[in-house]
Amino acid sequence: MGDSSTKKSMLSRLVPLLTSLARRGLAGWFIAIGLIMVIAIVAMTLLAPWLSPHNPSAIETGPPLSPPSSQFPLGTNKMGQDMLSRVISGGGIMIQVALLSVVICMAGGVPIGLLSSYSGGTLDRILCLIMDSIYAFPGLVLAIAIALMLGRGVVNMALSIAVVYVPSYFRVIRSQVLSIKEMAYVEAATATGAKGHTILSRYILPNVIPSIVVVATVNFADAILTAAGLTFIGLGVSVDIPDWGYDLTVGRGLLTTGVWWVIAFPGIMVVLLALGFTLMGEGLSELWNPRLEQ
Amino acid sequence: MIQKPQHLLTVEGLTAEYCAQRGRIIAVEDVSFSLDKGETLGVVGESGSGKSTLGLSLIHLVPYPGRIVKGTILLEGQNVLKLGKEKTRDLRGRRISYVFQDPMTSLNPVERIKDHFVELIRTHEPKVTKADAITRARKLFKDVGIQPERIDDYPHQLSGGMRQRVMIALALALDPSIVIADEPTTALDVIVQAKILDLLKSLQNRYGMALMLITHDLSIVLERSDKIIVMYAGRIVEQAPSSTLYTHTQHPYSQGLLKSIPNIELEEQKLTAIGGSPPDLLHPPIGCQFWPRCQYIMEICKIKEPPLFKTGIDHLVRCHLYAGETSG
Amino acid sequence: MTLRAYVISRILLTIPMIIILLTMVFVVIRILPGDPVLAHFEKNVDPQLVEEMRVKLGLDKPLWVQYFDYFFGVLRGDLGKSMYDYSPVADQIFSAFPATLELAVLSMIIAVLVGIFLGVQASKHYNKPVDHTIRIFGIVTYAIPVFLLGMILQLVLGVGLRWLPIGLRMNPLLAAPQGLTIGNLHFSTGLYTIDSLLEGNMFKFVESLRYLFLPSLTLGIVLSGVFLRLTRTNMFETMRLDFVTAARARGLRETTVTYRYALRNAFLPVLTMIGLQFAALLAGAVLTETTFSWPGLGTYVVDRINFRDYTAIQGAVVVFGILVSIVSLVVDLLYAYLDPRIRL
Repeated sequence: MGDSSTKKSMLSRLVPLLTSLARRGLAGWFIAIGLIMVIAIVAMTLLAPWLSPHNPSAIETGPPLSPPSSQFPLGTNKMGQDMLSRVISGGGIMIQVALLSVVICMAGGVPIGLLSSYSGGTLDRILCLIMDSIYAFPGLVLAIAIALMLGRGVVNMALSIAVVYVPSYFRVIRSQVLSIKEMAYVEAATATGAKGHTILSRYILPNVIPSIVVVATVNFADAILTAAGLTFIGLGVSVDIPDWGYDLTVGRGLLTTGVWWVIAFPGIMVVLLALGFTLMGEGLSELWNPRLEQ
Repeated sequence: MIQKPQHLLTVEGLTAEYCAQRGRIIAVEDVSFSLDKGETLGVVGESGSGKSTLGLSLIHLVPYPGRIVKGTILLEGQNVLKLGKEKTRDLRGRRISYVFQDPMTSLNPVERIKDHFVELIRTHEPKVTKADAITRARKLFKDVGIQPERIDDYPHQLSGGMRQRVMIALALALDPSIVIADEPTTALDVIVQAKILDLLKSLQNRYGMALMLITHDLSIVLERSDKIIVMYAGRIVEQAPSSTLYTHTQHPYSQGLLKSIPNIELEEQKLTAIGGSPPDLLHPPIGCQFWPRCQYIMEICKIKEPPLFKTGIDHLVRCHLYAGETSG
Repeated sequence: MTLRAYVISRILLTIPMIIILLTMVFVVIRILPGDPVLAHFEKNVDPQLVEEMRVKLGLDKPLWVQYFDYFFGVLRGDLGKSMYDYSPVADQIFSAFPATLELAVLSMIIAVLVGIFLGVQASKHYNKPVDHTIRIFGIVTYAIPVFLLGMILQLVLGVGLRWLPIGLRMNPLLAAPQGLTIGNLHFSTGLYTIDSLLEGNMFKFVESLRYLFLPSLTLGIVLSGVFLRLTRTNMFETMRLDFVTAARARGLRETTVTYRYALRNAFLPVLTMIGLQFAALLAGAVLTETTFSWPGLGTYVVDRINFRDYTAIQGAVVVFGILVSIVSLVVDLLYAYLDPRIRL
């Protein structure tokens, strides 16, 4: 099958990468474990149709609200749907939303950041002010407001989260560009007549990329958590497809009746996914900006 | 001449190393010397020679990832390295004081100067009241030449020279037997340097403590110390009374150091630097540590590290050129 | 820069930020979706009702008139009227605010204390198992959605061990604390903890703390990670600075060195971080309040979402933004005051 053979070739490239990471101390472990978690979850979601024992959306697959058993290892929910299948298939929406929001965010934040810091002057000042205002704002609240007004849907949710995180990229890029701009080799290049965009692409961009990657991993983690939060409040995406966020909301109501399995397992998955990205971000940042060198 | 039965400070076979991710660096290798009451010892070496580590070892304060591997440090007969944590803590600042190199960064930025003194005095002598401590501090200020009003200031309000005086005052506050001054003037400008050094000398005359001057500048210690230790790559390469070192410099490194001191009295002087670069402590050469930069190398220098040879009363040299003498 | 100049420039900076903030909220809620009034009602609604609401809320005027009405209204303290029952939004927010304040304060205190303590411990045992465990704790607490942590704590401490209540703000059998009453004069803060103390009722005080504890613990733990990381890094660096070694060389005690020297210097960034984290605190509060049925601004906003009361939500969002601006202003000024290097 196409998917499993691609998986095998990816694995063979992955193992040497992981072993070299593990040698780099705790930070390396963080990255390695985080990477494994993320890849595993994404793979599980992609392969869901083949992995899930039952149809996650089929109602009355089993008796409703039955606790975890050998037949249904993760129990069933109110509509009798198998929780194991729902957990395996439920990551799709969250991953899509997170991915989309990170892409939008980068596509917006990076160019604006580059432009603003490189040109400087009034444009920079105004953009800084706007970005600071957005950044200062409680993220979830702003996302709520935007999501509320845009309506439900994967794209809308992604957009609302993206807007909130644009300032993060902006700031990081700006501080990097400003410090690189000062460096002698950039001044030398300008003195020899290099054009603006050459300087940007040849000198500044390569140095800025590590920071962007670190911010992106944290961005992913935050996006997942914010998406979960928005869904929890009731601004989630439509309910037809199995979705961890939806199960979280439904499960919450059931908790008081002692039904813990509907919320617990999707919850764990959300944590694991966010944790995977966070670990990567933490490890990468330690590796690339070692603050605690002896 | 009456020989003292024991020296104030006797260091025997001190070895200290740093273990980092990149590898192991031996910062101090088999250093032995002694110090008597009222004596001034100059320790000279370039950066990386181990002189600062040596100084810190004397108060058992080698920072992580460094550690003292072996050796003894006898202060009035007691081995400093074997004292428990509390006793070591008590010794610091009271029996041996340390004046650090950079006065800018050696004082607590969020505390007033007077609080530094109150803290210090009351930690070691808990019965002293805050007011008494401040009175003592003011007296010390007079001794080191700072106006007593400055005691209420924060460190950043004082100039570099004043801060160093404060450090010296703190070092003297509890009347220690030994004061170690690590590059006391490197961070200061030339005019202030001389003043601080003279101050140290006059304080020594007044308080009678032993002084250990650690510096990279041979000229400072030539006039102001009784004896000098020259260090290179963690080892003592020459040890002699200062006048002897000046007139009968033996080790090629010491000769190089001496030659590179500018002499304003000469009409024409060619300044010579010591060729080559400082040793790579991670990958030290086999044999004598100095051979890559030495003019007088012989075959044996590249193979075997010379021991310290005794070439005169109190004169030791670590160089195969003097192999004929008795091993010290 | 002198302290005075800094204070003035910092306060002046807040003004354009608040303007941008107000404009942002206006753009999002009024302009983005088109017509908030239509959005409020279900599909088939009598157009007369729609028009009636428009007029009553002043939403029939041209957009830029609306903007100025809104802008100056906010400055006056008028946050518009609720779409639900036309009552002033400002009053509703004002009554919901103290609950959020109580939660926010205690959560931040817990976050800072837990974060600093663990950070100091981690820096003392750098690269050893204790350090690793603490770091992992910090990362995991960040990755857990706050509502999930809340529910776990509810299950364990509330349902399982039955030590603490799992929801609401006060024991339903008790009346809310009334605060101080002297004759006809009435003074209450809206904070149940303070008010019960003012009333002199220790039982109510204890009860209010019991209800406050679990939500604050939840939010506090989630926020502590940032302080943990910050303190750990700062302490590690500070402990290696010369003045710390110099302090040790003077024979000062290790506790003195850790706390009076290292931590005092490492603390100032923590203060700034409190200001920076305040926004995250409010965001987390929304979810925490929902989880624990805590009747504060967060629950208010979520309820309004269910009612599709857009004007109320607008008012609440504005309040959130202004709160953050004020807190960050206060923290910046406090920092400038405390750092003797800037002061003089």
